Amino acid sequence: MDGPQTELGAPLNDDKGKPDASSTLVPMGLMADTHLWSDLKSDKLAMIGLLFLVALLLSAAFAAFLSPYDPAAQNIIARLKPPMWMEGGSGLHVLGTDHLGRDVMSRLLHGTRVSLLVGVGTVLLAGGFGVFIGLVSGYRGGRVDAFLVAVIDTNVAFPGLLLALLILAVIGPSTTTVIVVLALNGWMVYARMTRGIVLSMRATPFIEAAEVIGCRPGRVLWKHILPNLTAPLLTLATLEFARIVLAEAALSFLGLGIQPPATSWGLDVAQGKEYMFRAWWLVTLPGLAIALTVLAINLVASWLRVTSDPVEREKRYARRFLRKQRLSVKSQAKQP
Amino acid sequence: MSRFVLSRLLQGAVVVFSVVVVVFIITRLVGDPVRVMLPLEATAAQRALFEAQLGLDRPIVEQFIRYVRDVAVFDFGDSLWQRRPVMDIILERAPSTLLLTFSAISLALILAVPLGVLAALKPEGLVDRIVVFVSLIGLSVPQFWLGLLFIVFFALYLGWLPTSGSGGFRYLILPALTLALPAMARILMVVRSTMIDELNTQYVKTCRAKGISSMRIVWVHAMRNAMVPIFTLAGWELIRALSGYTVVVESVFAWPGLGLTAIQAIERQDLILLQAIVFLTAIMVVVLNILFDIVYKLIDPRIDMAAR
Repeated sequence: MDGPQTELGAPLNDDKGKPDASSTLVPMGLMADTHLWSDLKSDKLAMIGLLFLVALLLSAAFAAFLSPYDPAAQNIIARLKPPMWMEGGSGLHVLGTDHLGRDVMSRLLHGTRVSLLVGVGTVLLAGGFGVFIGLVSGYRGGRVDAFLVAVIDTNVAFPGLLLALLILAVIGPSTTTVIVVLALNGWMVYARMTRGIVLSMRATPFIEAAEVIGCRPGRVLWKHILPNLTAPLLTLATLEFARIVLAEAALSFLGLGIQPPATSWGLDVAQGKEYMFRAWWLVTLPGLAIALTVLAINLVASWLRVTSDPVEREKRYARRFLRKQRLSVKSQAKQP
Repeated sequence: MSRFVLSRLLQGAVVVFSVVVVVFIITRLVGDPVRVMLPLEATAAQRALFEAQLGLDRPIVEQFIRYVRDVAVFDFGDSLWQRRPVMDIILERAPSTLLLTFSAISLALILAVPLGVLAALKPEGLVDRIVVFVSLIGLSVPQFWLGLLFIVFFALYLGWLPTSGSGGFRYLILPALTLALPAMARILMVVRSTMIDELNTQYVKTCRAKGISSMRIVWVHAMRNAMVPIFTLAGWELIRALSGYTVVVESVFAWPGLGLTAIQAIERQDLILLQAIVFLTAIMVVVLNILFDIVYKLIDPRIDMAAR
């Protein structure tokens, strides 16, 4: 598992024991936190990341309006035009054109759609399935649990990417198959985490109380356990989202992901590779788009992780408090 | 201990058998191997002949039994692409992949441990912020793109290193560096967070009170305890790289390992070679997993083998 994710192994929510909180579907530890906004404002990098993601979302939604050309429209006369700020570039193609004369900016804007679509689709599919398996496994216990844990462990030990390549080679790549294959590769993390939290929550008094007054398992899971999963799951989903944007780009780069005439940043890098030495922008710009998107997601994720984990939060506030104290001691020492 | 090894071996066998089943289902039931492997213009007679050669005209249960029997003795048949036994090709290519992954993860460890410790000495200080931000960038950059940038900068612009291919240490540097960077970032994060926790413990405070130098506390006392999570992650990174993440780096640098072979097999529609690579990689991953579990026990006697 990835570094930051391992620390989510046993996330405990601070409001876990509060009966009033469990009766609502408000994600606890996040939305209920009135300091959320000020907390975000104090982390400048996360703020920048979030703004970048909002901009991406808008450009994906309005790609057709924003892009000056059809991303697949070829124009042999205007081949390999450099970006407008370089010699030979023009305002007609702000970020230049590729080997078929297609407008790079239009392709980048449309590529945003694919990245976000595959990312969201995979996270929803893998997350939904993984959380369901984790809930059943953790709540039912016994043989069902033992069996599901064995399935999860076996799946984790699979050579995931190679199996994905095999499936794509046999079935043939398309946006749907890419989403399914990546979800098959990633549902286990959600299942493991959900199961861990459910197990630790089953022993708490408020779940016991819900069972004693006769709540059916479905109600206990949906109304009482699931809300407490929101914060850790949100962090995990964000981290997985970053991983999947990278994976989709890599598959498309290898020619096993998104297929032409559709556009994808990974595909654009692969096509620009042949012209790398004559036209640097064909490789650099789509790659930069991937890197910045994933960086923005990671920045938001690392902020989410600290904010939604009370232990981490305490550590952070303690450090800030100590630093402030030290500073004030220093300034006092200087004054006389 | 022997009981532990035995149970882990059994678990490994279950994993390997499941991989065999999954590969069989994917290649025989989900997809049509004849359609994938033969060209479009093949006649019906050619298709029938090819099916008979591969035994695809037999009942599915019989096919499965034959398949398991062949796999058990590592007999995968001949590659369609190179017209020679698949095992020969794999044994030829596997050492390159092993060399690449081991050097990359060693490099990642060598870079990550000192940097992570440096960041942990003053949490949220300037050095820490820079190190964390740089490793976040390392996590976010796509490997294929990083590899291409390295080629342009180190091979073409500076002319220090060869662009791609293999043949000596100079060819290894760029692929290993590309593969190492994201792994380094992840290991660094864990070194940093475990080190911050270790340096806040009572025994470290006792050491400080005794007047032990800060260097000695970090590298001798705290590092001993931090080593287990660090090596756990490094082992995991090695397995992750082996289980397919070299594919991208190998194809960018034309490094003649299993990953490049897998891509070439896909391009030439050689399912026989591809499924053998998947299967043997699964075995490698399982064996390494068991080895690492035993090594952890040796590093840290606190780990209770029976409980795991």
